[in-house]
Amino acid sequence: MNLLWLQSGGCGGCTVSWLGAEGLPLLATLADEDLSVLWHPSLSEATAAEALALIGACADGSQPLDILCVEGSLLRGPNGSGRFHLLSGTAEPLISWVRVLASRARHVVAVGTCAAYGGVTAAGVNPTDACGLQYDGDTPGGLLGAEFRAGGGLPVINIAGCPTHPDWISETLIALARGTMTREDLDEVGRPRFYADQLVHHACPRNEFYEFKASANKPSDQGCLMEHLGCKGTQAHADCNLRLWNGSGSCLRGGFACIRCTDPGFEEPGHPFAETPKIAGIPIGLPTDMPKAWFIALAALSKSATPTRVRENAKADHILRAPSLKKPARRS
Amino acid sequence: MTRLIMGPFNRVEGDLEVTLDIAQGAVQSAHVNSPMYRGFEQILQGKAPADALVFVPRICGICSVAQSAAAAQALAAAMNLVPPKNGRLAANLTLAAENLADHLTHFYLFFMPDFARAAYQKRAWFADAGPRFRALTGAASNEILPARAAFMRIMSLLAGKWPHTLAVQPGGSSRPLQVSETIRLYRQLREFRGFLERTLFGDTLEAIASLDSCAALETWIDTRPPQASDFRRFLEIARDLDLVRLGRASDTFISYGSYPQAEGEARFSLFPSGVWDGSAHAMNSADIREDVSHAWYAQAETPQHPARGSTVPLLDKPGAYSWCKAPRWQGRVVETGALARQVVAGQPLIRAMVAAGGGNVFSRVVARLIEIARILPEMEAWAGQLEPGEPYCVVGEMPQEADVEGRVEAARGGLGHWLSVRRGRIHAYQIVAPTTWNFSPRDATGTPGALEQALVGAPVEAGEAAPLSVQHIVRSFDPCMVCTVH
Repeated sequence: MNLLWLQSGGCGGCTVSWLGAEGLPLLATLADEDLSVLWHPSLSEATAAEALALIGACADGSQPLDILCVEGSLLRGPNGSGRFHLLSGTAEPLISWVRVLASRARHVVAVGTCAAYGGVTAAGVNPTDACGLQYDGDTPGGLLGAEFRAGGGLPVINIAGCPTHPDWISETLIALARGTMTREDLDEVGRPRFYADQLVHHACPRNEFYEFKASANKPSDQGCLMEHLGCKGTQAHADCNLRLWNGSGSCLRGGFACIRCTDPGFEEPGHPFAETPKIAGIPIGLPTDMPKAWFIALAALSKSATPTRVRENAKADHILRAPSLKKPARRS
Repeated sequence: MTRLIMGPFNRVEGDLEVTLDIAQGAVQSAHVNSPMYRGFEQILQGKAPADALVFVPRICGICSVAQSAAAAQALAAAMNLVPPKNGRLAANLTLAAENLADHLTHFYLFFMPDFARAAYQKRAWFADAGPRFRALTGAASNEILPARAAFMRIMSLLAGKWPHTLAVQPGGSSRPLQVSETIRLYRQLREFRGFLERTLFGDTLEAIASLDSCAALETWIDTRPPQASDFRRFLEIARDLDLVRLGRASDTFISYGSYPQAEGEARFSLFPSGVWDGSAHAMNSADIREDVSHAWYAQAETPQHPARGSTVPLLDKPGAYSWCKAPRWQGRVVETGALARQVVAGQPLIRAMVAAGGGNVFSRVVARLIEIARILPEMEAWAGQLEPGEPYCVVGEMPQEADVEGRVEAARGGLGHWLSVRRGRIHAYQIVAPTTWNFSPRDATGTPGALEQALVGAPVEAGEAAPLSVQHIVRSFDPCMVCTVH
């Protein structure tokens, strides 16, 4: 299967993330899975006229296109003209090229939250009228429209994440190359369920602090980041703490809050990112699927049961108090 | 005179279009266009100041930590915060990791593949270098990507992940390393050193960093075969193609200084700040202005200092041809990047190369590699200076009003953030990125930007649709277009 990758209104960070893939060498892996890169802006030899000829051939159908990957949000402004981003070497807006190429491709992949939903480029006053390929925030539509289906029958596959994880990209592409990805493998906002059916909370190393609501007060504290520092890991769909980043990392493991970057609209949370909005001391954003009354009851109970060790360690940047040694059970 | 529009100009970060006027087998004039605008400076207005830490790294996937560091510095200035020693060391390590990874990515993935093009197949070095550096399929890429990924594991220890971390805080780092982690960090640095010494240099980092004259470099070349290492391969190619003749710009170099070695004392930086044009000048950020006469923005009567600058898109502006503004230092076109950092810092080989041939394709690439050899040993030392158990981060109160700046050196050169806070919210946020300097359009006096100058005179062979000399020159700057316009 071949692959054409275009970068639009984004930062290139999803490509940078992808190049950091662990394990087998990335390019050898692609070759081994029969994925051939027709053109990628960071990797290919062809430039300028050579590259345009190739992109043009995909657009006019003379070069069959299997997978179109788009990284970055689609810039519709100003006034729907798309002129905030012309494809270099052409006088045409990138959004025009993407519309045509998407109509030719067997599969269309949005790499990262920008291409999926608009992402940070759509934040604030959204100066460029940025949107995703098939979503505008959480509203279906976007550049290609809610009804869009690629030649292979699937809607746009949204590998959301800011940046997205290298293996989320590779595993999606491999599943497409093998022909195993179906509509049922995508969640209700088009994300591959192999990572989006998890929560960032799963395998968070701060879980004991979460259980007892032993919370960090400032960056570098070891405690839970949900109560004060804006963490949305209990609501965010991704397997970051199971899969891990750059070998052994994640946002939580880096000491900072999950900002729910795989979800539509994460860029405008309605509050400062590093502060937890609360009503009467209770965080507004409760864990996914948790009844509010139970959360309040359990939080109050667990707070009163917090072991001293957990309470003290939560507000320190290293272990002040180690778990006590369990005495061996007496033989009867 | 024929006109050639080159785009999409790839193996650079982001979108780039170069328009060339060609006559008598050479480029006569060049116009550099950044064809994409996202508007981060507009997006940031009205947000809580600390939210800049979420947005600015996302300006750029490849310089994200540098963007975070500039924002963190500006916020720290607003709050009068000085990070504790561990915080400073962690910030240095994180920024250095990104710088090194970027230099490596540039050399192997962006720059060298051009020498594997069929046009060079008759060159003596091609049989070896072609299969090694070829884009996508070259042997080097399958060595370099795993080595780079292994190196970037240090980001999981220092920053949680890369790109787009929030670990870089105004008061230090959110990621306290414990004793065993400092050992892992050091071991990962040593593993990367091994890769660099074996594959990239074929010599110790210390030997490379202490090359102190053009003669010393010539001797180094002559005492080992062309296939000894990838650096040696590049030197063989550079000699054969005379890359030293290509891409001379204004020969005025600016560095903001990088890697503070003591709390709050920028003047003790590993790489000091300054301007070099054959002699040394102090770098004062008050001397910076941004000219938008040829950019698609509404403009004030005179070029503004970034603290008073604005970003208001204005398409259909007569004479404008880029989304990139034109920063100038004391009204002059300056070049920034690893070459500027090393020439300002007085690295003897780089000083000698610049004295002999100015900034050019050859000196820019050598400076980047010399910098790798200089920084990694520093990182090993910093890792040893971390003191687990001591604080990594302090916090403070954001004032309702502030006018502050943050300046760092990204891999590609000086990066500045200028932040105004009013009533507790971001009132203005202006960013001048490295490639904004290097790839600026003309200013009000009609003076072309650094790349535009560097391209004049570039040889063009008959029938070349994408002149190789132009590609070498453009990529020698390691441009980052997503930072440029943001």
